[in-house]
Amino acid sequence: MPSLGSDMEKGTLVEWMKKPGDTVRNGDVVAVIETEKGAIEIEAFESGIFERALVELGQTVPVGTAIAIIDGARAAPAPEPVRPAPAPPPPARVAVVAPAPPRPTAEIKASPAARKLAEERGIDLATIKGSGPEGSIVYVDVENAVAKGAIAVEKREPPKKKPAGPDLAAMQTIIAAATARSKREIPHYYLTHEVDITDALTWLAKTNAKRTPDRRLLPAAVLLKALAAALRKHPEFNGFYEKNAFHASERIHVGVAIAIRGGGLVAPAIHDTDKLPLDEVMDRLRDLVARVRVGRFRSSEIADPTITLTSLGERGVDAVVPVIYPPQVAIVGTGTPRKRPWIVAGKVKARDVITISLAGDHRVGNGHRGALFLAEWATLMQQPELL
Amino acid sequence: MNERATSQGTLTYREAVRAAIREALQRDPHTFLMGEDVGRYGGCYAVSKGLLDEFGPERIRDTPLSESGFVGAGIGAAMGGMRPIVEVMTCNFSLLCLDQIMNNAATIRHMSGGQFSVPLVIRMATGAGRQLAAQHSHSLEGWYAHIPGIRIVAPATLEDARGMLSTALEDPDPVLIFENVMLYNMSGSMDATAGAVDIDRAAVRRSGRDVSVITYGGSLWKSLEAAAALAKSGIDVEVIDLRTLRPLDDATIMQSVRKTKRAVIVDEGWRSGSISAEITTRIVEQAFWSLDAPIARVCTEEVPIPYPKHLEDAALPSPQKIEAAVHQVLGR
Repeated sequence: MPSLGSDMEKGTLVEWMKKPGDTVRNGDVVAVIETEKGAIEIEAFESGIFERALVELGQTVPVGTAIAIIDGARAAPAPEPVRPAPAPPPPARVAVVAPAPPRPTAEIKASPAARKLAEERGIDLATIKGSGPEGSIVYVDVENAVAKGAIAVEKREPPKKKPAGPDLAAMQTIIAAATARSKREIPHYYLTHEVDITDALTWLAKTNAKRTPDRRLLPAAVLLKALAAALRKHPEFNGFYEKNAFHASERIHVGVAIAIRGGGLVAPAIHDTDKLPLDEVMDRLRDLVARVRVGRFRSSEIADPTITLTSLGERGVDAVVPVIYPPQVAIVGTGTPRKRPWIVAGKVKARDVITISLAGDHRVGNGHRGALFLAEWATLMQQPELL
Repeated sequence: MNERATSQGTLTYREAVRAAIREALQRDPHTFLMGEDVGRYGGCYAVSKGLLDEFGPERIRDTPLSESGFVGAGIGAAMGGMRPIVEVMTCNFSLLCLDQIMNNAATIRHMSGGQFSVPLVIRMATGAGRQLAAQHSHSLEGWYAHIPGIRIVAPATLEDARGMLSTALEDPDPVLIFENVMLYNMSGSMDATAGAVDIDRAAVRRSGRDVSVITYGGSLWKSLEAAAALAKSGIDVEVIDLRTLRPLDDATIMQSVRKTKRAVIVDEGWRSGSISAEITTRIVEQAFWSLDAPIARVCTEEVPIPYPKHLEDAALPSPQKIEAAVHQVLGR
């Protein structure tokens, strides 16, 4: 069970996407788990053959629990035959020590008293041999197991038919904890800047005129791509502050704050935003928003963002002064583009102006560095044709 | 009899019931005994022997062979301020007065909006085991326990045989006392000070930790015999004497079952729709999470009670059947 954030303690398995014998490649979705953030697709981080599941559907297990065995020795064929074949991976079993797969609880004959005690003491009935009538597990069997220190398991919940949407109440608890921690620990500094994006919007209109609606670019894609490019020059805003030190991230995964109907909020990552062509950024954004709305995103998308972009301008406000999502060290925001009187070459003109903002962690940087970064982003967003 | 009632000594269940009736007649002039053969013959089971001489025909009244008639008369007397004790020879014949009991005695308080009560006590013999064949061997106390408006008690011990009548006579509503025919000759010693006892609570007759055997009446002694035998193989049986079948003392039953986690119910009634079924249900309703094994029942086989001794014995609960049921729920 991977950790999808420092605030995650456990996850519930709701769907297997692979079955024993299936080939698994690094990055394949192997399972869907449910967390406070909703249903999340778990990606494999190794290649091999899916040998067997260790966790039943509906079971809730703590972070760090092995949920399946992928046999790395029987590695899958390389996905792209064009590439030179890599050296065969060492014959290693990619799995943590785990108890034998428990028998389904429904088949276990145990008395009500035994079941109640087992539940109270966190004893897995599958690990107990019964001594009662018809070989049933009775109270004293569980007592003996407790005395012997049987393997405790997390309380099981019945499998759900389909993954439910995100638990908004739980999500709000997490948001509360994260923002409170942010405001308690992170000395924020804030910068705002007004940017004339008329040329960019003109370019977008021209580009989109030749496209079908599903292929059209939104300003958000330009803002995202420009942000990633600016971060290439200002890596001190891209990474994590952990254990009293800043750790810059080599890769740039911009988290996009997306509101969920009903009050939830998540900021999953668009991986390697800087390396993707603009069209690809747009596609990823579309895909991400669609999946978030149904409460389904991938483990890495939740765990990986190195910086966050919040576009509250979509809600019509002029500017946002955002709160950093720890352990990230910066968050940037955009307001609504508006027609404003703007002086261009000595003349007042009606231009499309947007207010962008930065909240930075003063333990890592300062307003001077922040200003340079914000200015760089402003410059880049005005030239989408170069992105 | 006077000596026995006033000093500690050996007496029979029959004598204990007689002592109770005598005391009731002595204490309250409104009390009288009425029934078939209770006077000159001294009672079919010789319970009232000698009472006619002592109290006279006004208070020890022989009745015609008409259960409906004399039970109805008892109901009327009770409504009129008397405290009658009506003896129905056996519960087998009580079906003839079931209408009086169920439609009148049990309902008059309700039907009269509380204006009338029926402080009537009906005693009847119950049970099999004396080779009286199918028509004279019924155990109908479980049936009567189905009826709201009346109280059903089943004295199993000398103390209860001696003490329940007095309390029953004080009850403003009808009380039916079921005396198991196999107990009349049971003898034992009883404290001279034995008197009125409660008719609300079940009693733990033997304390144990492995299994609760829940029973009443004649089956109590079979259960205690089984418990003594099981103790030799290290099985610690708790025996509950229900004493009152309506209303059931759920608290005592559940307290015991929560402790032992297992229950065997012994009931001389037929299994289907019996008081044992009611108790089973209540345990499941109230103590399900304490159960460590399915509940077992030892009841009478669902046949007309046979006349031949060996077949009659085979049809009824026995200590051996109770032992087997205990082994079954314990899995050992």
